[in-house]
Amino acid sequence: MLIEAINIVLLGMLAVTALAAIRLHDLFAVVMLFGIYSLLAAVVFVVLDAVDVAFTEAAVGVGISTVLMLATIGLAGRHEKRPAHRPLLPLLVVVVTGAALVYGTLDMPHFGDPNAPVHQHVVPRYLQRSADEIGIPNVVTNILASYRGYDTLGELTVIFTAGVGVLALLGLRRRRRERPGPGQSPP
Amino acid sequence: MRDNPVLRVVTKITLPLIFLFALYVQFHGDFGPGGGFQAGVIFAAGFILYGLVFGTEALRAAVPAAVLRLGIALGLMLYAGVGVVTLGLGGEYLAYGTLAHTAAHGQHLGIFLVELGVGVTVAAVMVAVFLAFAGRADP
Repeated sequence: MLIEAINIVLLGMLAVTALAAIRLHDLFAVVMLFGIYSLLAAVVFVVLDAVDVAFTEAAVGVGISTVLMLATIGLAGRHEKRPAHRPLLPLLVVVVTGAALVYGTLDMPHFGDPNAPVHQHVVPRYLQRSADEIGIPNVVTNILASYRGYDTLGELTVIFTAGVGVLALLGLRRRRRERPGPGQSPP
Repeated sequence: MRDNPVLRVVTKITLPLIFLFALYVQFHGDFGPGGGFQAGVIFAAGFILYGLVFGTEALRAAVPAAVLRLGIALGLMLYAGVGVVTLGLGGEYLAYGTLAHTAAHGQHLGIFLVELGVGVTVAAVMVAVFLAFAGRADP
């Protein structure tokens, strides 16, 4: 009963934060709201007992991405430009897509159902044997680093590629302002 | 923000704690929540806080670009290199059991090294991306 109340309050606050972020035109406030949104999402993950995911969400969603979006606002300007098109068609597309997704969830197994297919495939083997095979108490670490080591190597390669891409496009060295680019005012 | 004494002092006090917490998350990820990815992000957050308060020039002086480039590649190479070593020891790629005299010890060592690789690359990429973005806004 208590957990349902906590869930309802958290999900309601998530929805309110998202709506406020859509309504606002000051991008600085929107970035702050995104930080709050990520923090609320992290709390939801804690309620779901997914502490590792909550940790990641809190560190990346609240910390790093907020700073990166602020840096982008510092370059691109603080206020949203007026949209040049009518919002009706995009709204229709979003509503239809959302309705299709909600319709799709109706066939999914019930939340937390222990007989769901995802809990019957390899999970029982991991949970039962990882203590003997690896001997590390945190099963999440065992799965990520050992059983699914290839996947984590792939994820690390994605991060590596993203870093190389940013460095190739923007570079690490300080720009000398010899010729101001488009959109930049000369110093 | 360089002129705000409260921010400067609080940042200098909290930075060691942030780095200590990042190391804790890195090396205690076997037992509690956390691991290389989270530790790398927290480590990078410490550097980014330093850059926010003291300016990107100070952050560039603290972490030279060459170190960042090296770190980005080194972490991934450490991860992939562990796999090559397990191959050389007669096992499968990234099957850590062959790394030590018992399979469980090998798993411990392999996971430790692999998480270290993840942490190094993630921290270096995050700081590099921050510097690449924030450095363009410098006057």
